[in-house]
Amino acid sequence: MQTLLPLRLEDLCFEARGRGIIQGISLEFEAGSRTVILGPNGAGKSVLLRLCHGLLAPTSGRVVWNRSGAANGRHRQAMVFQRPVMLRRSALANIAYGLKLAGVGRSERQARAQRALEELGLAQLAGRFARVLSGGEQQRLALARAWALEPEVLFLDEPTANLDPAATREIEAAISRIGAAGTKIIMVTHDLGAAKRLADDIVFLHEGRVLERAGATRFFKGPASREAAAFLQGELI
Amino acid sequence: MGAGAQALTHAAELLVTLDPGLVQIVSLSLRVSFAAVVIATLAGLPLGATIAVARFPGRQVLIVILNALLGLPSVVVGLAVYLLLSRAGPLGSMGILFTPSAMVFAQAILVAPIIAALSRQSIEDAWREYEEQLRSLGAAPVQAGLTLVWDCRFSLLTTVLAGFGRAVAEVGAVMIVGGNIDGVTRVMTTAIALETSMGDLPLALGLGFILLSLVLALNAAAQVIKEAAQHRYG
Repeated sequence: MQTLLPLRLEDLCFEARGRGIIQGISLEFEAGSRTVILGPNGAGKSVLLRLCHGLLAPTSGRVVWNRSGAANGRHRQAMVFQRPVMLRRSALANIAYGLKLAGVGRSERQARAQRALEELGLAQLAGRFARVLSGGEQQRLALARAWALEPEVLFLDEPTANLDPAATREIEAAISRIGAAGTKIIMVTHDLGAAKRLADDIVFLHEGRVLERAGATRFFKGPASREAAAFLQGELI
Repeated sequence: MGAGAQALTHAAELLVTLDPGLVQIVSLSLRVSFAAVVIATLAGLPLGATIAVARFPGRQVLIVILNALLGLPSVVVGLAVYLLLSRAGPLGSMGILFTPSAMVFAQAILVAPIIAALSRQSIEDAWREYEEQLRSLGAAPVQAGLTLVWDCRFSLLTTVLAGFGRAVAEVGAVMIVGGNIDGVTRVMTTAIALETSMGDLPLALGLGFILLSLVLALNAAAQVIKEAAQHRYG
């Protein structure tokens, strides 16, 4: 099967109510590495992620996948949101639902959903109703639902923003494992700690523009832009 | 013993002995309103779900109209259905005026907007929460709509119960199109109106008591279902 990656953004712009949220971003995402899109609140990170995933349509510019028609074959990409949205059914059924929409046959669905739960350490919660699980468990379940789809690209929008340290650790460990298994990770965060722990390379976003694109080590050692340096210092920019 | 107390005692007697006349009236009431609510749900629920999920020109206007129809006066519905079904009317050839079918028809029209408007509200709230996730998973609009209806099933059940409460308690529409014919189209509300005006307070009180209990029970059921579902499914 032809791969989705690299994903290329060509002079991407997005306006809402006359305000330019994303202002001319050109980027390329290669397979393999874990890319973290970093920046202060309001930089346009979440909007950029939604443009990539196809949840928003750009005002101008293009999102180009390596394989044409990839935007329609959405099950090769998956997204985990800041607040997990679970359906009023069991944990297992939530994962099976995603697989059903991806066109996976009934008999295979249960087995794959079960495997995904085990992978995320949720096997004992399979029969529990998803919406009464704790926030951390729901977010892990959201990861399991995305992972079960065996996506080539996994988008994550501040996946640990609402979680306590223990749950954050579990989620980040799971993201690392999913990345290690060959899924391209593209994660948005404003949390420096999370970025340091997870990123192979950094895209630094500020006011709708990419100010910096660098390997994580280099970025954290010596950011090239004044804004990124200030952000790393913990200043409000 | 005062006349009121006497009437109450007699009403209790009618209830305890399951007076045939009373049972007949109550049973017709329940059957007519149940049928009306089934029809209203079949029409109103898909309409509500569609308006909740779809975006089309005139949608806001439709929502305003629908919400206005929540307060539709039942006598006006009765009058409109009467004109439709009367011999000279467009549906006159059906010959169902002054039958239970006409009453079902009128109540369905009265209740459908209620079910459409209330289900639109709960499904739209859910859609706001689910939209990105469902689109991310690749749900087509119809599929997303069905998923939402299923996920809102408990609040929608409450909506349907509210519709039933409205149907069984209204008097204007069934009075006009049913005619309150004894043994044929007499239901609880029309019977209460008639018996009160004729001075037969025990029957009116007995029926009033049943009607009140029924509406109370419906609301209690709705509340219990909602609480239980919230607790179990989150």
